[in-house]
Amino acid sequence: MKPEQPKYRTSEEVDFVIIGSGAAGGILAKELSGNGFRVVVLEQGPYLTEKDFVHDEIKVFNQDLLTNHPQLQPNTFRRTPNEKAKPQRALVYGRLVGGTSVHFTANFWRFHEIDFTEHTRFGPAEGAAMADWPITYADLEPYYTKVEWEIGVSGQAGASPFDPPRSKPYPMPPLPVKAGGVLFERAARKLGWHPFPAPMAILSQPRPGRSACVNCGFCLGFGCEVGAKSSSLATAIRMAEKTGRCEIRPNSYVHRIELDANGRATGAVYFDEKRNVQRQKAKAVVVCANGAETPRLLLLSANKQFPNGLANSSGIVGKHLMLNSGGVVTGVFEHPLNDYKGFAVSRVLHDFYELDPEKLGFRGGGGLDARFDSTPISFALGSLPPGSPRWGTGFKDVLSHNFTRTLEIFCHGTSLPVENNSFSLDPDLKDAWGLPALRMTYKDHPDDLKLGAWLTARATELLDAAGAQKMWAPPVQEQQFAVHLLGTCRMGKDPKASVINSDHQTHDVKNLFLCDGSSLVTSGRGQPTMTIEALAFRAADRITSLAKRGELPA
Amino acid sequence: MKNTFTRREILSQGLAGMSAAWVSSHWPAMLSAAGHARQAAKGVGPAKFEFLYPEQAVEIEAISARIIPTTDTPGAREAGVVFFIDRALVTFAQDNQKVYAEGLSELRDHVREMFPGTEKFSAATLEQQDEILKSLDEQSSGGGGRSFRRRAAAQSFFETVRVHTVMGFLIDPDSDKHGNRDGVGWKVIGRDAEHMFQPPFGYYDKNYPGWQPDSAAADKTKS
Repeated sequence: MKPEQPKYRTSEEVDFVIIGSGAAGGILAKELSGNGFRVVVLEQGPYLTEKDFVHDEIKVFNQDLLTNHPQLQPNTFRRTPNEKAKPQRALVYGRLVGGTSVHFTANFWRFHEIDFTEHTRFGPAEGAAMADWPITYADLEPYYTKVEWEIGVSGQAGASPFDPPRSKPYPMPPLPVKAGGVLFERAARKLGWHPFPAPMAILSQPRPGRSACVNCGFCLGFGCEVGAKSSSLATAIRMAEKTGRCEIRPNSYVHRIELDANGRATGAVYFDEKRNVQRQKAKAVVVCANGAETPRLLLLSANKQFPNGLANSSGIVGKHLMLNSGGVVTGVFEHPLNDYKGFAVSRVLHDFYELDPEKLGFRGGGGLDARFDSTPISFALGSLPPGSPRWGTGFKDVLSHNFTRTLEIFCHGTSLPVENNSFSLDPDLKDAWGLPALRMTYKDHPDDLKLGAWLTARATELLDAAGAQKMWAPPVQEQQFAVHLLGTCRMGKDPKASVINSDHQTHDVKNLFLCDGSSLVTSGRGQPTMTIEALAFRAADRITSLAKRGELPA
Repeated sequence: MKNTFTRREILSQGLAGMSAAWVSSHWPAMLSAAGHARQAAKGVGPAKFEFLYPEQAVEIEAISARIIPTTDTPGAREAGVVFFIDRALVTFAQDNQKVYAEGLSELRDHVREMFPGTEKFSAATLEQQDEILKSLDEQSSGGGGRSFRRRAAAQSFFETVRVHTVMGFLIDPDSDKHGNRDGVGWKVIGRDAEHMFQPPFGYYDKNYPGWQPDSAAADKTKS
């Protein structure tokens, strides 16, 4: 049931309009409305709820029930700025109330200290725009804890010797171990590594209105029909609605932020469900549209004062895109694991989080996890060993044997921030609303590829030690597809080298704030959502104090 | 992580990439297709095909039965895949009508060419059928490309039938939108029909004693 919401008129100047209702937007909506402000959340996608979530792979993966639609919102891709970009689906994100947090894996590692200070620690890296964050892990720690307790994260404090300091344990124990997790744990220990129960944004114990995980196995890619996955939909959005001051307005596709003569944002212009243009007035604008759509919206909002895009005096809006690097190794075991039951990941290790660049010859680090996140059709079409029969008795045999016996080791690593890697507006291609489509430019930094190959070698050792009867790893290649959308409006002290300050306020427009994956200065080692949510809790505190001190233009 | 082989990519684009037509938003039709397969499967009245002529349906069923054959366990035939495909072709996979119509026509010529005197695929021996499909598969895949690679929107007849057969065999049987009659596809691959499970899940976690801190946990050796 959706609680009663206020209905604000578009002409009514609310305190905040928030664009996007995902990991960051949901939390900002909850916090700002909870702090007494009147909030309108504009979400481009529909408002679906648990009753709409099904285990149908065709509906979810082929018809994009929960995600951006490649026909309505096509995009282009190129490797370098010298190339003409070609139409090619290059990114996926959640396009509904709750955003990508509705369908994500829910791996919820915190970033470590090194992620915030890597530049100072190791110096510049050739071909990368390394920078420290203007905040540290210690600044963010209370907000990581807030995410764990308020949104709901299961895990075991102190289980990893590499974990950064924490002020409180997890609010609930880890999810049960899966057979693949047991294999991973035993093999890793044999190798002298330190596996630990995966921190997951999935409930191991029920909370009011939400069930604990029932291990249905339709997790990554799917919405959770029992509310166990701690999406913004199942958590922050509902809390925001309960304040009575927050309106969630779905099917509202924002395409412009307007400024007044004094250079202040006056609200957001959007297409409603019938494609009529609406203008929601607000005292301040918070953009949480993700690391692709946030820079796109700023570029679409170019005006006389900001001919290169709103809040883009630095010229770096959309740049320094980071996707996270990695690799995958798959193994098949003698006995059934049945890892199709349950959530995706039950064991992780962080022994390689901080590597020595001097010794290895590349920057970065990463983590490994034990994973099975396939559903039957995707497994049959995409997860059999290379060279397997594609049809016939041989196909049926390998499919029937492997489905219950397969385990994957995923490697998650850093991407270095490269200026050319970016989201920008395609000069030719338009979306179904006639707006310039996203153009992605991406070529992995050479260190990212070296790291991916190095981690893949460790994962191979692990599967070997686990006793896999057969295993294979595709070569690590340059990426052409984005899931993690990071770094495109980076945070920093210098207005010439960053888009927002540590309060998430744009350097150029004082009542315009950005908070989502675009805010990140470094990529972490994968699993960015936990950090995006911690940033959102912190941003809400900062924005609230600015507003209460009267420092936001009214 | 996301190189070109990652799960996320497979999930988000691999399937969609198989057939652009499937990407079109025709979900309610999907429900209907599944219901059709179920009704036909349950023998509630005679199966009535909506797109395929009966002789075409015989051919499609014969092809799907070689893609996932009936062995000591059920195959595409028992899962009612042909009914699933027929309904799909007048609803969410309408864009594939031409691929099927032209593909079936070319198949007939191909059968005659390879096995003179044999008029249709379903009339060939099983060995001959496999030989025919093998030649189509070689034509279509360019030598066995990986199924999770992106494909052009216009994909071959054989590849389209192959993907539709796998989908019709393995789609969730508990939802009201499936082929996979009586869940036989899931039984074949060893997936229990339920949607709620309790640990232990498999062989290796049966006697797991619970997570214990590692005795060497204090050793923070960097690599």
